[in-house]
Amino acid sequence: MVSIPDRKTALRIALVAAAAASMAACASHPKPSYPTTPPPSAAPPAGPQTAPPPAPVTQGAVPGSEQDFVINVGDRVYFDFDKFDIRADAQPILDAQAAWLTRYPAVTVRIEGNCDERGTREYNLALGARRANAVRDYLVSHGVSSSRITTISYGKEKPIDPGSGEEADQHNRNAHSAITGGAATR
Amino acid sequence: MRLMSLFLALFAVFAVASAAAPAWAEIEVNVNRGDVQPLPIAIPAFGGPQGADIAGVISANLQRSGLFRPLDPASFVEHDLDPAVQPRFPLWKQINAQALLNGQVVVEDGRLKVAFRLWDVNAEQQLLGLEFTSTPDNWRRIAHKISDAVYERLTGEKGYFDTRVVFVAESGGRGAKVKRLAIMDQDGANPSYLTDGSFIVMTPRFSSTSQEITYMALRPDGSSVYLFNLETGRRESLGQFPGMVFAPRFSPDGSRVAFSVERAGNSDIYVMDLRNRSTVRLTSDPAIDTSPSFSPDGRSITFNSDRSGSPQLYVMGADGSNPHRISFGQGRYTTPVWSPTGEYIAFTKQTGGEFHIGVMKPDGSDERILTSSYLDEGPTWAPNGRVLMFAREGADGRSRLWTVDVTGRILQPVPYPLSGSDPAWSPLLQ
Repeated sequence: MVSIPDRKTALRIALVAAAAASMAACASHPKPSYPTTPPPSAAPPAGPQTAPPPAPVTQGAVPGSEQDFVINVGDRVYFDFDKFDIRADAQPILDAQAAWLTRYPAVTVRIEGNCDERGTREYNLALGARRANAVRDYLVSHGVSSSRITTISYGKEKPIDPGSGEEADQHNRNAHSAITGGAATR
Repeated sequence: MRLMSLFLALFAVFAVASAAAPAWAEIEVNVNRGDVQPLPIAIPAFGGPQGADIAGVISANLQRSGLFRPLDPASFVEHDLDPAVQPRFPLWKQINAQALLNGQVVVEDGRLKVAFRLWDVNAEQQLLGLEFTSTPDNWRRIAHKISDAVYERLTGEKGYFDTRVVFVAESGGRGAKVKRLAIMDQDGANPSYLTDGSFIVMTPRFSSTSQEITYMALRPDGSSVYLFNLETGRRESLGQFPGMVFAPRFSPDGSRVAFSVERAGNSDIYVMDLRNRSTVRLTSDPAIDTSPSFSPDGRSITFNSDRSGSPQLYVMGADGSNPHRISFGQGRYTTPVWSPTGEYIAFTKQTGGEFHIGVMKPDGSDERILTSSYLDEGPTWAPNGRVLMFAREGADGRSRLWTVDVTGRILQPVPYPLSGSDPAWSPLLQ
């Protein structure tokens, strides 16, 4: 969830992530940073893999675990205002998500679509659903079985940034890939 | 005839001495004029137990309508009025009261009996004389019924004070909000919670009976639309759908519910007949189609769609026929709601960095913007189509309920001190 975490930060986030994966980054930092670029070196090659894979730089996260996914892959991508197309800066993250999910085939995910508050409630529920499905479609087109993916829209009900203004709005326009099962636990 | 219909709407009661003289008031409030001068009205404390409380509630109701200006009781010269006796009109003329409302409360067999009379001060004439009876704990409802009777007698239109509002009570800041379904009187009194806040609830709406609501709940495992009977407490799901189901709203006769179903990212509008639970799909468009709202005759539906490339308002037949766009102004239009009179469609509009509540005719003409703020959203109509309630959220993330009249002249917060959103106004109570 953070771009180039130093060892200390990563460990701190990993601890929080275990309790509340979806809020890991902002819960552990008073002033969180929201990367819109992929974490370097986190994405393994997308080619065919045989399990178990060589462990990437995990810094405390068990390979195949939720922490591994959150820290080393990135569990959230961002969108433009009232848009649901996958931005260029989101593609490497989703490529990495697809590769990771391919390597750990038991893992299931729920894609949660989120919106900023600069839209009305019902429209944003529909928009969040579009975002979640855009991510789902991307992952499926990159080899992840659709049976492993569910989607939900939270509309503007679950902002990750409690601020107001364009910076907060940008953070809150996202799709979060939440692991719902099959991940390594330790 | 007017007295008769009022009388039928009351719970118990008989009319005392309706005006024997031809009921032509010389005073009247013209609700259609944008520059209306509020009518000065004197409402002294009613005699008897809780008489002052009842007069206070009536006074606050009429003041908030913007059509009346209740006078300061400290200026009153005549005191201890007996409704059975004509007031001394010169004493009321001298403080420039044009109308006078006085009443008397008595308790008989454990029941509260409230008799009142409305007078035209200048014509020295009685306009209204009625008596309401109820249990003592219902004294606020009696005050609301009297308010409605006065409003109707002086404006010629039905009132909206004996009504309730179902809404989402919010606590906690942005990102950590707890949302509970709640209900209160239209003046913010008697709030109570209907859900416990363990999951997010949204967009409650009343049926025409005022006894049933429908709302959307967002649970961790998905969403559901529920029907909730306020009398029995019975709650049932609208059923299972392949994707997210949201944006429910009753038809005017309460027999159908229109809503959106999202499937693979695409939202379309459906309608369910509650008698046999059959569902018909009304839109089939790759765009977002949501927020359906019936016309009062049940024959048309206005809805929100971004099929043109941005969210705009549309109208179609209740069977999905002939969808056509009605909003063409600058900006993004959402949350259309047909007024109970059929005259207008209210909406939320976004322009620049601001949100507005506005109204337009169902053919899209006569668009009028009534409010502007950081975030105004989700209008709901008072049953007489004169006032809109909506949620206004500040940049601090705190949402409050506000009202604005259809002319845009009278904008004020609802006297409910806590945070709330998604208000829905009930019809007049039975």
